Amino acid sequence: MKQKIALGILGVLTLMLVLIVACGTPATPPPPVVQTVVVPQTVVQAVKETVAVPQTVVAQQTVVVQQTVVAQPTAAPLQFAGQTINIVTFTGPQIAEPLQRRAPDFEKLTGAKVNVITVPFSDLYQKVLTDASTGTNSYDAWVFDPQWMGDFVTAGFVEDLTDKVKSDQALQWNDIAPFFRDFSATYQGKVYTIPFDGDFHMLYYRTDVLGDGGDKPPETWDEYLALAKKYNGKDLNGDGKADYGSCLFKKKAAQSYWTITDIAASMIQSQGTVQGTFFNTENMQPLVNNDAFKRALEIYNETGKYGPADELNLDVGDTRGLFTAGRCALGIDWGDIGSLAIDPATSKVQDKVGATILPGSKQVLDWATGKLVPCDDKTCPHAINGVNHAPFAAFGGWSGGVNKNSKVKDATYAFLSYMSQPAHANVDVTIGKTGFNPYRSSQFLNREEWVKAGMSPKAATDYLGAIEASLNSPNMALDLRIPQNQYYQQVVLDQALAQYLAGEITAEQAMKQIEEGWNAKTDELGRDKQLAAYKATLGVTK
Amino acid sequence: MSTAIPSRSVNSIAIAGARKGTRRDSLTRASFVLPAVLIILLLSIFPLLISLFVSVTRLQFVPGGFELLFVGFNNYYKLLFGIDQGRFLGKFGTPDALGWLVLGVIALGLVYWVGRAVRRGRVTVVGLVGRIVLAVFLMSIALLTVSTMSAGGRPGTLWVTLFYVYVGISIQYLLGLGLAYLCAQHIPGRRFFRVIFLLPMMITPVGVAYMFRMVVDTNKGPFYPVWAALGMENVSWVSNPWSARAAILVSDIWQWTPFMFIVLLAALESLPVEPLEAAVVDGATRWQIFRHITLPALLPVSTTLILIRMVEAFKIIDLPNIMTAGGPGTATESMTLEGFYIWRALDIGGSAAIAYLLLFIVTLLATAYANLVRNQVAVQY
Repeated sequence: MKQKIALGILGVLTLMLVLIVACGTPATPPPPVVQTVVVPQTVVQAVKETVAVPQTVVAQQTVVVQQTVVAQPTAAPLQFAGQTINIVTFTGPQIAEPLQRRAPDFEKLTGAKVNVITVPFSDLYQKVLTDASTGTNSYDAWVFDPQWMGDFVTAGFVEDLTDKVKSDQALQWNDIAPFFRDFSATYQGKVYTIPFDGDFHMLYYRTDVLGDGGDKPPETWDEYLALAKKYNGKDLNGDGKADYGSCLFKKKAAQSYWTITDIAASMIQSQGTVQGTFFNTENMQPLVNNDAFKRALEIYNETGKYGPADELNLDVGDTRGLFTAGRCALGIDWGDIGSLAIDPATSKVQDKVGATILPGSKQVLDWATGKLVPCDDKTCPHAINGVNHAPFAAFGGWSGGVNKNSKVKDATYAFLSYMSQPAHANVDVTIGKTGFNPYRSSQFLNREEWVKAGMSPKAATDYLGAIEASLNSPNMALDLRIPQNQYYQQVVLDQALAQYLAGEITAEQAMKQIEEGWNAKTDELGRDKQLAAYKATLGVTK
Repeated sequence: MSTAIPSRSVNSIAIAGARKGTRRDSLTRASFVLPAVLIILLLSIFPLLISLFVSVTRLQFVPGGFELLFVGFNNYYKLLFGIDQGRFLGKFGTPDALGWLVLGVIALGLVYWVGRAVRRGRVTVVGLVGRIVLAVFLMSIALLTVSTMSAGGRPGTLWVTLFYVYVGISIQYLLGLGLAYLCAQHIPGRRFFRVIFLLPMMITPVGVAYMFRMVVDTNKGPFYPVWAALGMENVSWVSNPWSARAAILVSDIWQWTPFMFIVLLAALESLPVEPLEAAVVDGATRWQIFRHITLPALLPVSTTLILIRMVEAFKIIDLPNIMTAGGPGTATESMTLEGFYIWRALDIGGSAAIAYLLLFIVTLLATAYANLVRNQVAVQY
């Protein structure tokens, strides 16, 4: 009987598949570039390999190396001949490099010329918004931060790509990890951007150093501090110089404000992604004046004792340089360290870098009282080993959006799609200088590319496993995406943080300053409006 | 046939012709000046007025574009009395006895200065108002300095900017004068040194900033061996407020001393030699010659030089932006850098308010300086 039911279900499914293939393909109008696309076929070949891992870190384990063969999309020849696409992004080499490298290939394929215009990252936000809001429209597309979508969508500057991405077979929209598809690319239920990059913070550690010391990667921030203290001042790269226990980017007006959220989120957000970590979803009151945020500030400040003397003046480029030079035992970064560490030209820590989910906390915030309470089944339903983790999707990943007023929208969309298609993206994410981090399921499965790029199967498993663990966390913390988030984070939060780390103000003063600054901006822009926008971003989860 | 023309008629024709000529001349002159006036209106006055308007508005995005919402003086209020006061003016501490004494002396000095001008009766109403405004402003700066330097206080971007301007220019002037005086002597290789001393001014400020960022990095970079040999490899110049300000000041001095040098050298070389020869004949020492002949003769050039540098120095942004990003905290942030950071987050109203406050300060100080110092010097010498 059961066999009959199973056969029946199988038959129905087969019939549906046949119908979809038979009816769907000719009926759907082909997207511009991929007119004669061969339906991508993913063939997964499993190759088993046994890798010896230092006993002190993890027991000997079996690593599965999987290969994914993805069909190359075929473009309509010279469909956009004579058209010019102007794309703006930030000054490279990261992000701009793959766009510039692939532009000539795209031109050969479609005839469209692609100009990649670069501006400093710090100017990008105001540059693109000023261009669009004044009607200048110098750019057909922006490769930018999806955090800014609140400003772009509200003003109607960015093209709705919902229908396009869903009918674009070469793009393989469903291959993009749900978080980036549904959060980074989507705003209030509509798709506005095509992801090129998967961004969130992870913990990086030196496998050889921790292994030799008989330590496991830290699971909590307290363990992070203890390990940083233990390894600080030791020679970690054999050059005879004392190195650092922890390297964090703390420079003002750079990336520092993301790191404080790494720490604070693990104590503030414990009930899942929809809870949010920046504001109370009842009244838009900032969650920055409480015991959890104070403890986060203290932890962040204490890491400075185990870092470089000029850590307050280091941005992410500086800390990456230090980490790949073998000078740091622990660090926090986006996915870039993984691919930079395997670059033989610059890295002294090839195959010595491990990655794992951000540390968490055994105490979380009671939102009603503003006090820290111990983790239990009720307070930390998503805890792992009694530790609440809230991996922070800092930035959200570089994405491409089409200017609604562009005169070459189809060609522009085709180029963005071309960049994100697995045939190209799956190679680009393995190259450190692209600045692109994995964001597609096939990039996690297709570890062959990573091994080809120089990562050992063990390191590939470790690195991609950390990404998957973060992406699969039901308590992932979303970055702030409300209108004028730049002011909330880059002006108010960043300044208070810089002043606190420099000793200009106390933790209490910093918290009060952030709370007042955020409340003032919220009241200025309309509390109800901002609350609605905040809740809308949180409502979209995996 | 001859026609006698009455002399009155001849004069009338001549006057009429002259009037026509005057009108034509006026039109000609106006037509020559007009393009320049239009360009100034377009490029300078118009943006100035627009940015004044922007400083009392708030930018917000609306469907299809943006709108500037009128908010009155809210942007100025935020900087001077509101949530941005701590950043712009700093945090006020409580002055101790010495602080109050200093303030008292400055207040008495300013009252005496204004009173003396009134007693002498040579000052116009406008001049008197100008003096009172300047005195109030200087007293406010003195109060700001004493209270932010007192226990529990912290200087804001306004004070830091004034620090860069006045301390920087003083040192630049002294160094520039010294170098110019040396190069004006008949010493071997002086042409070579002239070129060398000029080089820093040729480099773009961003280049200077990156160079000095490397220089003050004690832990890596080309100067690491030097710092390591001195046992300073774990010292960070840019993590302490005062050493960070000093690092930026040194970079600014390094870049702009050549400007002082080249102008003062030209002035020195153009001084008449007769008074110097006479002084030598009279048995004056080198110091006496410098103090009583050379320095007074240089004063007109020096005052103009300082005025130009002062107006320029208020706009310092590249060095603190690249070297420290205004940190640690807000210790090295200048007014322009604060305005830039706010502008970057598209709070262009707040940014324009800072720009206007800077314009007010620069105009007030430059006008006062031009009237009270430069003109006095010009009259004397």
